[in-house]
Amino acid sequence: MFELLGIPPQALFGQLLIGLINGAFYAMLSLGLAVIFGLLNIINFTHGAQYMMGAFVAWFLLNSALGLNYWWALLIAPIVVGITGIVIERLLLKRIYKLDHLYGLLLTFGLALVIEGLFRNYYGSTGLPYSIPPQLAGGHNLGFMFLPNYRAWVIVFSLAVCLGTWFVIERTSLGATLRAATENPTLVQAFGINVPRLITVTYGFGVGLAALAGVLAAPIYQVSPLMGSQIIIVVFAVVVIGGMGSIMGAIVSGFGLGVIEGLTKVFYPEASNTVIFVIMAIVLLVRPAGLFGRAR
Amino acid sequence: MRKVLLGAAAAFALTAGTAAAQGISGDVVKIGVMSDMSSLYADVGGPGSVAAAELAVKDFGGTVAGKRIEIVQADHQNKPDVGSSIVRQWIDSEGVDAVADVPTSSVALAVQQVLKDKGKVFLMSGPASSDLTGKACSPTGVHWTYDTYALAHGTGSALVKQGGDTWYFLTADYAFGHALERDTGDVVKAAGGKVLGAVRHPLNTADFSSFLLQAQASKAKVIGLANAGGDTINSIKQAAEFGIVAGGQRLAGLLVFITDVHSLGLKTANGLVITEAFYWDQNDETRAFAKKFEAVMKKKPSMVQAGVYGAVMHYLKAIDAIKTDDGKAVVDQMKKMPINDFMTKNGKVREDGRVMRDMYLFEVKKPEESKGPWDYYKQLAVIPAEEAFRPLKEGGCPFVKG
Repeated sequence: MFELLGIPPQALFGQLLIGLINGAFYAMLSLGLAVIFGLLNIINFTHGAQYMMGAFVAWFLLNSALGLNYWWALLIAPIVVGITGIVIERLLLKRIYKLDHLYGLLLTFGLALVIEGLFRNYYGSTGLPYSIPPQLAGGHNLGFMFLPNYRAWVIVFSLAVCLGTWFVIERTSLGATLRAATENPTLVQAFGINVPRLITVTYGFGVGLAALAGVLAAPIYQVSPLMGSQIIIVVFAVVVIGGMGSIMGAIVSGFGLGVIEGLTKVFYPEASNTVIFVIMAIVLLVRPAGLFGRAR
Repeated sequence: MRKVLLGAAAAFALTAGTAAAQGISGDVVKIGVMSDMSSLYADVGGPGSVAAAELAVKDFGGTVAGKRIEIVQADHQNKPDVGSSIVRQWIDSEGVDAVADVPTSSVALAVQQVLKDKGKVFLMSGPASSDLTGKACSPTGVHWTYDTYALAHGTGSALVKQGGDTWYFLTADYAFGHALERDTGDVVKAAGGKVLGAVRHPLNTADFSSFLLQAQASKAKVIGLANAGGDTINSIKQAAEFGIVAGGQRLAGLLVFITDVHSLGLKTANGLVITEAFYWDQNDETRAFAKKFEAVMKKKPSMVQAGVYGAVMHYLKAIDAIKTDDGKAVVDQMKKMPINDFMTKNGKVREDGRVMRDMYLFEVKKPEESKGPWDYYKQLAVIPAEEAFRPLKEGGCPFVKG
């Protein structure tokens, strides 16, 4: 067997796969961000907190009197958190659409700190346990690595969600209306379409995607108030690299950067939490609008 | 603001003026509890450490040598620069006499340097690096609860004795992780074992699968987790997912706190061998302390929080004995007095600042053995102080003679 830079190919395949799995989380989170930015022009810094809320809702459901399991959480958590997103949009965000991006950033960032602080106050910082659903426990030996079933599920599920969202927004008439509403809201309204409601629902959907990623993450990471702030900065870098507001850009760069980060963990582990930002800096120098972005 | 400045100036003038007069500077004994208040170590120390310090002050009576005792607190965010600048401000303008807790070794090392220069007392409970009483020791530093050497000699040698003679480390990439990896590696090698390799991960990492695959591929019998808090929790959880334990490799959580076990749940954590200085359910005295603590914090104390209580208490007793809060004089007095409290029997502060106390080796119970929340440990062994901590001469502390 040949070796590549001192790493046997088996190990390399394993690391590539792991990178793809982590990329799945990046892709799902950056997708929600891209949808919200693309259609609302709001930089949603609350996204990490909403991802964390998704995981917490899953935990509440399991530990409530109803004892609803993972599969129910997958359905209910995005709806519950999505509704809180709609409330936030109706009460706060809609007042600042006409202002500079900076205000939206400050508002959502402040909200994120408040939400995170509240959860930390009640649940501490170490987090709560959440087990892998029994149907997905265990794993398979692929020869080059041991692949837990749950991770395989994560990758398949998030790919489906990502491509589905891309299809709805880029290839259906609903998506066309959404895109038109961002380009020229007055004109679209003249066609009898309720644009403010469209925007509210879109925000709710983007937030729901974050919560869905949170439920997916719950069995792998601790359900912890800090889980959102750990990942959100990286996800923002992913969105910037992909091109702000570009759906396909978010998906491709999410998976791609997961892989790059995974490889860094093998070749130079100490740099694994900086490599994405280095790439971001390079991309911004070469293509300021991001890899898939259009200059506005 | 003006009032604060004036007060600060007055306090500073008094500090300077009374150092020679050997009284209580500023007519108040001020203890700054600095911890990670909001991130991965916040449950280990954090607000609970502040509560423990306040309990100690309350139990002491609220005054020492006729002067008021005051507790202030700060969040160092696990950043050495933040920690050292807060401490400078505390001392230069707020009249703080002693700093307590400070988990995260990198921050503690920076703070130790500042306090050494300023001649103020450092009551370390949270940080682990054994360098704090080794080459980075200070005449005014007291390392209270545990250190990496003790962890290595507890959990490390227990696992080597059980046949774990080849190790691979998953190490948090900062002062603490490096010290723990080094100290444990020494134990393994001294017992005839071999260290096959190590991978360094950034502090506060969420996904360990890459690192775990590397550890798995090393075929080492034991995977040593030279990390702490949320990092350890995620490593253990994901190691189970990747079938590492099922595949015959053993995990060594070198620094696991009871709050981590609580967070992981016994189903995942059972069987871990853990070195701690304190467990709430050891005897009537520890249970009494836990009860007091729980009344405030609604949870059981960690060894770090218990250590903050003990250290603050001992500090106040020393001030009471010599009626001054001059840093060097108080620490010298602390070194003269034996320590006897709920978690330390016949302990003493050694010349280099190391507190000599027995450590305990625990095993995490199986879910069916536990009677309920927080009933997590069974005691395997007592590690006598002389075995648990590094001999004075081997530390390389510059001011230790001989």
